[in-house]
Amino acid sequence: MAKITFITSDNEKIELEATSGSVMQLAVDNGVQGIDGDCGGVCSCATCHVHVLPEHVSKTGTASEIEQDMLELDDNVSEYSRLCCQLDVSDALDGVVLQVAK
Amino acid sequence: MNTSEISDPFKKARIESGCGHMEDQNDPATMLLRLKDVRKSAHNWKTFQSGAAPGRIVIPSEVHIRETRQIPFEVDPPEHKAYRNLVEAWFKRPLDEAYQQKLTTIVETIIDEVLTKDNIEVVEDLSLKLQSRALTLLLNTPFEESEKWISWGTHVFRSEGSSLDGDKANILYDYIDAEIDKAIAKPGCDLYSVLLASEIDGKKLSKEEVKGVMILTFAGGRDTVINALTNSVAYFADNPKSIQYIKENPEYTGKAVEELIRYFSPLTQMGRVATEDTVVCEHAVKADTRISLCWASANRDETVFENPNEVVLDRKLNPHVAFGFGTHNCLGATHARQIMNIFLTTIANKVASIDIIEAKENIEDLGDFKRKVGYDSLTVKFHNH
Repeated sequence: MAKITFITSDNEKIELEATSGSVMQLAVDNGVQGIDGDCGGVCSCATCHVHVLPEHVSKTGTASEIEQDMLELDDNVSEYSRLCCQLDVSDALDGVVLQVAK
Repeated sequence: MNTSEISDPFKKARIESGCGHMEDQNDPATMLLRLKDVRKSAHNWKTFQSGAAPGRIVIPSEVHIRETRQIPFEVDPPEHKAYRNLVEAWFKRPLDEAYQQKLTTIVETIIDEVLTKDNIEVVEDLSLKLQSRALTLLLNTPFEESEKWISWGTHVFRSEGSSLDGDKANILYDYIDAEIDKAIAKPGCDLYSVLLASEIDGKKLSKEEVKGVMILTFAGGRDTVINALTNSVAYFADNPKSIQYIKENPEYTGKAVEELIRYFSPLTQMGRVATEDTVVCEHAVKADTRISLCWASANRDETVFENPNEVVLDRKLNPHVAFGFGTHNCLGATHARQIMNIFLTTIANKVASIDIIEAKENIEDLGDFKRKVGYDSLTVKFHNH
């Protein structure tokens, strides 16, 4: 079981718990504002962009080259950017805090 | 070679030079073939504009048959944003459960019907019908309107065998004019009425602007959805195990939809007009000339996709550009994805196998390249469980 916290652009804090699936799906299923996941999680639409809070980067690891290429063209990209469809829920993510980019 | 195979005519040019060339009504286009170049240029709307003369970014060019600007498609930022925001929520309605229920009924009715028949011609008897009936949901117009759209046939914009046909296009434009007038006289809950009632910066949309959105909605989702559906039928005919796979693994339906759309790339390319002298892929592009963003080639880029010419239904990393990329990405994508999703689910639930009787391929002539985009006709027999 991992606890995952989203902070939306309206500064709303949403704490969710899950054991499997992708972080994007968790957000979509719970209506987290700013996470659309249009492509269903195959890294094609970039509508699930989050910034990992710097102190939690060790939990998520870094983006793959394909993911980085997608993020590179996003207006609001930072070194902490991830597409959360590429983050699989696992114990390793427990406690992570994600700032929704949109 | 399997009937359903869609080959990649761009491979050599994509690897060697990254560019292709296409003549088109004295307005040639430099075709970008690599995924990264396509994405970067799609993103760079300042240098590669969509807001050129109406019809010019379409390939083959529609400048001689259309004066109305398609909206938001042929408008660039910052104006683009207000238009896009205006229509975005409406075009996300396919995410509503009630919408999906109605779409499921439409799809199941058609599949039930084709299962009772000996042979069917997929383009006319299945894809055109399904696309037209589904469009009544997107427009929120009466179901009966679809009968008129079906009667137009698949070639609303093209005559058989030739390129663009102004008279045929006028059938659609005149129809939309008449529907807008009807909605003015008696407003309802359809897309025409919603657009007529909307405002940007306190100013109501003009009839011409409403027409621009409606033409985009009709034209953008017709050949593309028809090709996606017809190509899917051919694919499942050649790969009956894939029907079984989706039946047994329904959670992979979404990934399968993305992969089929990558592989089919129902819209081969879209143009842009350079606003300044520039260079793409070590290739000079002069101001006021056209480039094309070749989605079909980018979607087979071997530097990004493993086994690019294979359909891998559970492909996890699939950064395809079949719905375009950036500011102008496909407005109808949510609707198209739902159609495909429900179509795959229905086939998995009801169909055991499909036999191809006869296939006539639709091959696009793209200057340096010839590309199969779908079928002029595809005769098959559906078998139930």
